[in-house]
Amino acid sequence: MKRIITLTVNNRPGVLNRITNLFSKRNYNIESITVGHSEQEGVSRITCVVNVENDKIIEQITKQLNKQIDVLKVTDITDQAMVSRELALIKVLATPATRSEIYSLIEPFRASIIDVGRETLVIQITGESDKIEAFIELIRPYGIKELARTGTTAFLRGNQRLASQTKNISIL
Amino acid sequence: MLQETAFTGNMKADSKPLSGSELLLRALQEEQVEVIFGYPGGAVLPIYDEIYHSNIPHVLPRHEQGGIHAAEGYARVTGKPGVVIVTSGPGATNIVTGLADAMMDSLPLVVFTGQVATNVIGTDAFQEADILGITTPITKYNYQVRNIEDIPRIVKEAFYIAKSGRPGPVLIDLPKNIATGTAHVSGTADIHLPGYQPTTKPNYLQIRKLTEAVSRAKKPVILAGAGILHAKATEELKQYAEQQRIPVVHTLLGLGGFPAYHELFVGMAGMHGCYAANMALYEADLLINIGARFDDRLTGNLDRFAPKAVVAHVDIDPAEIGKNVPTKIPVVADAKEALKELIAQNGEKPQTDAWLETIQTWKTEYPLSYDNDGSMLKPQKVIEMLYEKTNGEATVVTDVGQHQMWAAQFYKFKNAHKWVTSGGLGTMGFGLPASVGASIADRDSTVLCITGDGSFQMCSQELAVIKELNLPIKIIILNNTALGMVRQWQELFYEERYSHSKIPVQPSFEKLAGAYGIKGYTVNSEEEAERVLNEALSHRDPVLIDFRIDPGENVYPMVAPGKGLNEMAGVKKR
Repeated sequence: MKRIITLTVNNRPGVLNRITNLFSKRNYNIESITVGHSEQEGVSRITCVVNVENDKIIEQITKQLNKQIDVLKVTDITDQAMVSRELALIKVLATPATRSEIYSLIEPFRASIIDVGRETLVIQITGESDKIEAFIELIRPYGIKELARTGTTAFLRGNQRLASQTKNISIL
Repeated sequence: MLQETAFTGNMKADSKPLSGSELLLRALQEEQVEVIFGYPGGAVLPIYDEIYHSNIPHVLPRHEQGGIHAAEGYARVTGKPGVVIVTSGPGATNIVTGLADAMMDSLPLVVFTGQVATNVIGTDAFQEADILGITTPITKYNYQVRNIEDIPRIVKEAFYIAKSGRPGPVLIDLPKNIATGTAHVSGTADIHLPGYQPTTKPNYLQIRKLTEAVSRAKKPVILAGAGILHAKATEELKQYAEQQRIPVVHTLLGLGGFPAYHELFVGMAGMHGCYAANMALYEADLLINIGARFDDRLTGNLDRFAPKAVVAHVDIDPAEIGKNVPTKIPVVADAKEALKELIAQNGEKPQTDAWLETIQTWKTEYPLSYDNDGSMLKPQKVIEMLYEKTNGEATVVTDVGQHQMWAAQFYKFKNAHKWVTSGGLGTMGFGLPASVGASIADRDSTVLCITGDGSFQMCSQELAVIKELNLPIKIIILNNTALGMVRQWQELFYEERYSHSKIPVQPSFEKLAGAYGIKGYTVNSEEEAERVLNEALSHRDPVLIDFRIDPGENVYPMVAPGKGLNEMAGVKKR
């Protein structure tokens, strides 16, 4: 099952190395990882999407991440009210015959064309991973020349459900 | 505290700029470092020039690996961080094994590596190695100093991280220009670690739960690990076990945490643990793990581990709880704090008389044993003699292999902090250098370095240090002309195909010791052993004794891989 974990970490040299190292050291499967500055100076936010077999492993991942000196906070937000987005850039073959067809696919997905070449279009799409996945499958028959995805970044919504509905694995 | 203010205050007022090396040595002084284990080289020359003027004693091993193992031995005995300084490149890569060893066995170390100057980092300069990258997975934390002004803070943080919470090694990489450059240091060297706050006080509700579980238990057992020793909680453990009348089983690394002569002591559990201890874990209805991490060598097959028990686990590292064994009562805390709370609860005592009797029967009916027809010298006999002649009070340091298990089985520890061995990583070559550190840490104690002919040859160059410092280390080589534990496994599981485990070509260890100016002996029989040990233990000079033991002797009991603790091989009824 897929889990989304967000971390806030001290923005110090070697932090990302320590985090990714931990995943390989402990044999955890990482699907995507995004890193960037947070609202606080000197603090970065990392979003990891991991694929795990059971709850025990996600509990271990969370605890091992928490143990890192530079990690300030670890939250498994999968079961909470959250927003998650990913961005993809897709360079697709577009002949004069297919161009308008592609345009018609783009619209319902709220994607946009950001570059037009003689034989290709570059499409930008944002959304949850599933939506991007679906769009890529639709566009694939036209011939994808290049594809770049950012991986998921996410955080909690302003309003949460009742605390009793969220899953808590802390053992303190 | 006063002293600290004066220190930083002086630095502020002092208009003379200080070099990175000066700041480093001041910081070490501030941490009250008693000894440095170090090996000089190009990138640390400025630091060594400062050490030349310093009054902190320095021990020069003959290989960097020896230096870090010595620091581990020192840390194991004192509980204080062992300090290591080595140069860049090969100096730094030579300590990698020691770092991994210290990480596995939670030993506090602060290790300084030299580094090439910042302007050439990344250019494959002479003796450059990416030591931060190399050591990230095997250190609790690591730093590279980028500003001279940061040295006081970084050193202070490093010592704090190394010794607090679950201890571990911290590495500080010091580029040469940082060591030579100067700075006007102002401000205080406060630590700033917002992401690091180890929990030491136990949660009250969990302590209540555990107390209730104990009062209901019929067959409770305490599994005491090295966490007891790190927390210096041996007194509390004894008090709690006696208050509730719960038997105590030790892990390999926990030995000494509970006195071996105590009526409630069962023995060491695990792959080569004694029958009573393994059966106690198997039959228990309440297993209270305090400061052990359920290592696979302890548990055997996890599916068959403690099948009847409710598991309670006290550990300062929350990540260890539930990692290998599902845990009903988790207590995140320092072992001492948790035990104090448990004692204060003074809960209703469980009815353990029948249980203690069962354990006593196991102990008397299935004791540790070996066949001895007197034709060949038995290693177990040698350990028994050592135990008797040192009254169970020596510091015992081992390498890794059969000799290590025999030492753990047959040397009965009266006191804590007297047992130094490489458990998690199982590092051959650990023993001899670790005995140097252990001896420096406790100068009054006789040190028995129990090693094998294989392990000894991995770090034998450290004989020079033992001679130089004239340390009271008695090197006991249990020589079976083989890598004994490998040979044993090949005998049992590979149909006696002894692939590269026999080492008949050996130096004369007696003469090798002689070459270093250390008195050496070769012993072939019990009578000789008696005489030589009496002589060797009558003075405080180092000696080396090559015991030619029965080469076919195996370590038993043994829980074969994949088996449960109750399925021990080689158990004999008395």
